[in-house]
Amino acid sequence: MDKQPSGSEQIKELVKIPGVEPSARLDPWWWLVVLVIASVALLVLLIPDPYRRIYTFVLDGVYVTIGVTIVAFLFILIVGMIGGLGRLSKNKLIYGFFTLYVEIIRGIPILVQLIWWYYAFPVVIQGIGRALNIQALIGYQANAVAMAILGLVVCYGAYMSEIYRAGIQSIPKGQMEAARSLGMTYFQAMRYVILPQAIRIILPPVGNEFIALLKDSSLVSAVAVADLTRRGREFMAATFQPLPTWIMVALLYLIMTLFSARIVGWIEKKTKFER
Amino acid sequence: MAEEPIIQIKNVHKRFGAVEALRGVSLDVYRGEVVVIIGPSGSGKSTLLRCINRLEEYDEGQIIVDGIPLDSAQNINAVRREVGMVFQSFNLFMHMTALENLILAQQVVRKRSRAEAQEIAYNLLVKVGIPEKANAYPIQLSGGQQQRVAIARALAMNPKIMLFDEPTSALDPEMIKEVLDVMLNLAQEGMTMVVVSHEMGFARAAANRALLMDGGLIIEEAAPDVLFTNPKHERTREFLSKVLH
Repeated sequence: MDKQPSGSEQIKELVKIPGVEPSARLDPWWWLVVLVIASVALLVLLIPDPYRRIYTFVLDGVYVTIGVTIVAFLFILIVGMIGGLGRLSKNKLIYGFFTLYVEIIRGIPILVQLIWWYYAFPVVIQGIGRALNIQALIGYQANAVAMAILGLVVCYGAYMSEIYRAGIQSIPKGQMEAARSLGMTYFQAMRYVILPQAIRIILPPVGNEFIALLKDSSLVSAVAVADLTRRGREFMAATFQPLPTWIMVALLYLIMTLFSARIVGWIEKKTKFER
Repeated sequence: MAEEPIIQIKNVHKRFGAVEALRGVSLDVYRGEVVVIIGPSGSGKSTLLRCINRLEEYDEGQIIVDGIPLDSAQNINAVRREVGMVFQSFNLFMHMTALENLILAQQVVRKRSRAEAQEIAYNLLVKVGIPEKANAYPIQLSGGQQQRVAIARALAMNPKIMLFDEPTSALDPEMIKEVLDVMLNLAQEGMTMVVVSHEMGFARAAANRALLMDGGLIIEEAAPDVLFTNPKHERTREFLSKVLH
């Protein structure tokens, strides 16, 4: 007697495209990443003056951009989760607090927020210090990188809250009811049942947020952080070569964003599951 | 009967806005009893069932399950640990295999070891007849198979009571029997069951009592044979004439 294929094997049979192994197909957009990297390498190697000089000058800015983006993003994922759950809370105080947060933050341009945290927030701290006569607060000086990350986290956390909220709401109500009917608490049900499913659904928008953050991180150049954009401006000011400088800066941003987009696409494919 | 009922429902009212879904329902269910509730849609039968494990809050009255009144968050969780529920739409956890569906609450709520939970889970899948689907995801299972996994998932918690909310209504006709067989088996083992369902065959074979609900009230209550063939109330007769062809 022939062995009956199991359900999962049957499904695998159905989705298999003849002649093409899904894992063997490389996403053709990877070639765009390779192309941009190659053009930077060619410029640096073939026209060392000015491209090699620009490249070496702005390279530490690339590291700052990557560092600020990744650190901020890790905090944004946490703030977004808390904000998303807060926006779904039945407790009116918690709901009101997080709704107010989201509404206010979304109504102020991100550049204004970054400037606020770096220039205005310290004045508030110093004022409190004077009022309470606390020496440590009177002498408070803002750390540019810390304030830039704080500003990005507060701003993007609000947008991320809405993504989490939508993701959690997209999970059918029956999933929570089934978990609760088994005796799980609300938080256990969230942790083991709702969030694992919601996170897979919100992965594409979360990935887009990462790429948007990578680009918006160029705004921290306005608040004394020596990121890629600021290093480009410094080089231009010193050499008066705007065209090659900004060609190089733009290409470096492109490498980072295109590469991130491919990684996001790859993760999406890996975690996809049928509903 | 001298024994205390395992479920005591006393004059429960439930309103959804202006609509009164339950208008003073009282019901006692004794240990080992199987009670089937029938009634038209909107009669409050599902709402009543969902009040027993407090998935639905009620506005007035009292429900006591196994001596525990449903009045605090702590008590509600204590009751839910003892009361299994099976839903019309199965509600299996979509991101987990059948086996993982059965293991999760055992570990998180009952604090069993992984090995112990896994063994209980596997034995229950054998009991509902689909051990070969242990590693299948819900999407890979038929409706009947999903519902059997859902029943096994509830049983993994060793409940004292099982609630069934229209367990076969979302199933294709040829899959209804496999689910009813599992339920029948459970009833014969002495499980206390409250079943919202119009499966007359199951009610006749397994139920001690059948109830007809309409307009948020229990209209009539009798042994299933009596209720289905010789009902006292006009409303029951009218309903049955539409259901039985």
